[in-house]
Order: sequence, then C-alpha cells, then structure tokens
Amino acid sequence: MIELKNIQKSFGDKPVIKDVSATMKAGQCNLIIGSSGSGKTVLMKCMVGLFEPDGGQVLYDGKDFFSLNLDEKKEIRKEIGMLFQGSALFDSQTVQQNVMFPLDMFTNDSHATKLKRANEVLDRVNLKDANKKFPAELSGGMKKRVALARAIVLNPKYLFCDEPNSGLDPLTSMVIDKLIQEITKEYNITTVVNTHDMNSLMEIGDYILYMHQGNKEWEGSNKEIIFSKNERLNEFIFASEFLKDAKEMRMLEETGKLPDEIREKPAE
Amino acid sequence: MFRGMFARPENGKMYWKEFMHQCNDIGIGSLGIVTIISVFIGAVSTIQTAYQLVSPLLPKTIIAQIVRDTVILEFAPTLTCIVLAGVIGSKIASELGNMRVSEQIDALEIMGINTKAYLIAPKIVAGVLMIPLLIIISMTLGIWGGRLAGVAAGILSGETYDRGLLDGFKAYNVFFALAKSFVFAFIICSIPAFYGYYVKGGALEIGRSSTKAVVVSCVLLLIADYVLSALLL
Repeated sequence: MIELKNIQKSFGDKPVIKDVSATMKAGQCNLIIGSSGSGKTVLMKCMVGLFEPDGGQVLYDGKDFFSLNLDEKKEIRKEIGMLFQGSALFDSQTVQQNVMFPLDMFTNDSHATKLKRANEVLDRVNLKDANKKFPAELSGGMKKRVALARAIVLNPKYLFCDEPNSGLDPLTSMVIDKLIQEITKEYNITTVVNTHDMNSLMEIGDYILYMHQGNKEWEGSNKEIIFSKNERLNEFIFASEFLKDAKEMRMLEETGKLPDEIREKPAE
Repeated sequence: MFRGMFARPENGKMYWKEFMHQCNDIGIGSLGIVTIISVFIGAVSTIQTAYQLVSPLLPKTIIAQIVRDTVILEFAPTLTCIVLAGVIGSKIASELGNMRVSEQIDALEIMGINTKAYLIAPKIVAGVLMIPLLIIISMTLGIWGGRLAGVAAGILSGETYDRGLLDGFKAYNVFFALAKSFVFAFIICSIPAFYGYYVKGGALEIGRSSTKAVVVSCVLLLIADYVLSALLL
C-alpha cells in the first residue's frame, strides 16, 4: 500500500502539487488522471523519489520514503517497477538484455536461471521471438510490453506506469491495460497508473484520483465516477457527445435507470 | 557530480562489464583516427622541417630530432587529444544526453542504481586508462610516419633518421607527455559527461550540449597544455 500525506511540490514560485493526500491499495489499479499540467506526472515522480516533495510524506507500507537513509531507499526501490511513457529501454541492449538487466544487477543467480525468468516474463506479456531484437526494431506496443516485462522481472511490490497507452492504437492500448490489470491482481501489486485514456479509466480504474491544477479534485472508483456530480471531472472525462452517451449507457447498465431519473447516488 | 560517483557498486561484475565496454569504445574505437592523424602529422613534420632547414652546415639528423621532440612534446598528446575531445567527447555527451532525455537514467535511478557511479565513473576511469595508451601509440606512429615520409621523399636515409632519434633523447619528455595525457583524458571524459548527464529538453538540446561539451573541452585542453608546460618544462 502507498499512502500520500499532504504532498506539496513547487518549482520556483509556482506550486505544482498542493497538499495532495491519497491511499493506494495493493492488488488494485490506482489511476491518476487530470488534464495536461495538472501535476500528475510530478506527483508520480514524487512518489518514486525522482523529485523530493517540499512537504508531506510518501509512505510505502508505512515507511516514509524520504526519511529513509540511502541504503533503505535502495531497498524500497528494488521493490519498485516502472513503465515509462517512452518505454525507456536501453538502446544498446537487446530485448533479452533489457529484461535481464535488473536480474544481472540485483541477483546472483546463474545465467540460465536469469534467462529462464526473463523468458517467463516475456511470455507473460505475450512477447515471443523478439529476444534478440533491439528497441529500435520494435513497434510502440512491443516496446511497452518489453518495458512492462523489465518492470515486473524482479517481482515488484509496487508498479508505476506513466501514460502506458500514449501513442498506441486503441486495440494495443487495451492489451496493455489488460496486462497491467492481470499482473496487478496476479502478483498483488500496488499499481499506480498515470493516464489520459478514458477507456483505461473505465476498464481498470479500481481507484481514481483526479487532479486539477495541483489539487486533488475527486477520488473514487470507476463505478462511482459515472455518478459524480463534480463539474470539472465531468467536463474532463465526458467531454465529447460520444463519451456522454457512453456514460448514460453505463448508468443504465449499473442502475437500470437513465441519468435524468438518477438524482444522486451516494458514494459507497 | 564527482561526489556522487564514489559509492559502493550495486554489483561489481556489472560495473566491471561497463568499464570494459567503455575501454573498448574509447580505446579500440578511437584507434583508427589516432593512427591516421599520427602518421600524417609525423610525415608532414619531417617534410616541413626539412623545407625550413636550408643550411648545409646543419646535419640531417637534426630533422629527426625536431620531429621526435615536437611529436612527443606537443603533437601526439595535444593534437590527438583535441581530436579525441571531438570523437569521444561528443559520443559521451550525446549518449548520456539521450539517456537523460529518453528517461533511461530515470529508469536506472528507480531501479536503485547510482547512475553517476554506473554511467559516469566507468567512462572517466576507462578514458584515463586508455587515452594515455593511445598517446603512446600516437607518439610511435608519428615518429614512424616521419621516417616513412623522409625516406620516401629522399630527404634523409632511414639510418640517418634513426641516428637522429637517439641523439639527445630525454626520457623526461615522454614522462611530460604522459602527464599531460592523463590530465587531458580526465578533461575529455568528465566535461562531456557533465554536459550530457545534466541535459534538459529534447534532441536539439542534446546536439547543443554535445557541441558545447566539445568546445569547452578543447578550450580547457589548451589552457591545461599551457599550464602544464609552464609548470613542468
């Protein structure tokens, strides 16, 4: 479980994160959503320790990350996997070498054992026959899958995904979402996903944190979001007519009633 | 940057592998250009020295002496290092800059790896080890190039050239050249590493930082050359 307590972060005089608190549980996909510049990437970078917050705490299973010493931080970081927006694969290494890199660095297993583990995770992300290829030879979706394989190869307790669907077609996006969801449940990982993708939101959002101008504007699940009365959230999520229709259909599915008939459904 | 480089490696084997990879890149990777430059510098030195020494009173062995000393004292360490600042410096700056921009450095940080120790230290140590070796090769090839050109152009015989090489040879000059090459090697690897590691932005900034790294390295090489010459000669 990851707890954020009153996180604040500014760049110069400009506050980017203003007193954000949240609890992200294990075994569920925790989504951070918000328009561009709302502070979600900065929040994620604060969570993984790439930025140090000006105030507040990031607790990994109760341990305050920023009050730990360097060795203790390294121990927590070994339990973190991250899927970057641009995949961040090492250009000079093959797919297999990329996936084996964390194993080479942090385990003393034999080469055969490491190779077996690398092949296991590559199979898990449905990537076969690409072991000898270099990142430049892969499609966007394949790169994301390799990055996901590398992120989970050490069996992390916490998985961070920064815009996992950016630049991907809808079908590949769904495959990546499905993989993230399955892996989260399978290994009971605390997964944090930073996304703009409305499909991801509705499909895998067990917990959703909506950021607006550095503030936590709304939180809840994908079941609750369609009943939300928050105007900013509704404007952001259900911007198009198509999405408004989709919302109505989902409401009908959930309650058997159309939106006009639903005055207010209390959040559970 | 340097303070962060001195830390216990997460895995000694991986650091060694990276160090050997850098030795190969810097040493073997630069061997071709060093060979070409050195041979031609030596050859041109011989021809130009012979052109300027018009007095029949001066023995021809003096051509070899001048070529030997200029190659050892200046051409091999300084000129080669200026070229290496372009070759190795731009490679280091652009490699690290690309890793920074494409979040590869962030990925390593999140894994719990000290990126300064893993990415920068092996480059500097490999440079400080391999560049002096390249300079020794450059000295040898430069002097050999001079002999080749001297004999081919009929300026002097091989025996005369060899006799001239041994006349008044000072081993201290080689020591001086090697002392310079260690300092130059450190500049060539550390300045581009700094510019590459801290680059911000995109592809354009990588190019800019790479160019800046080479320019700053070259200026610092020339300043260091002057300071070391004033101090050690």
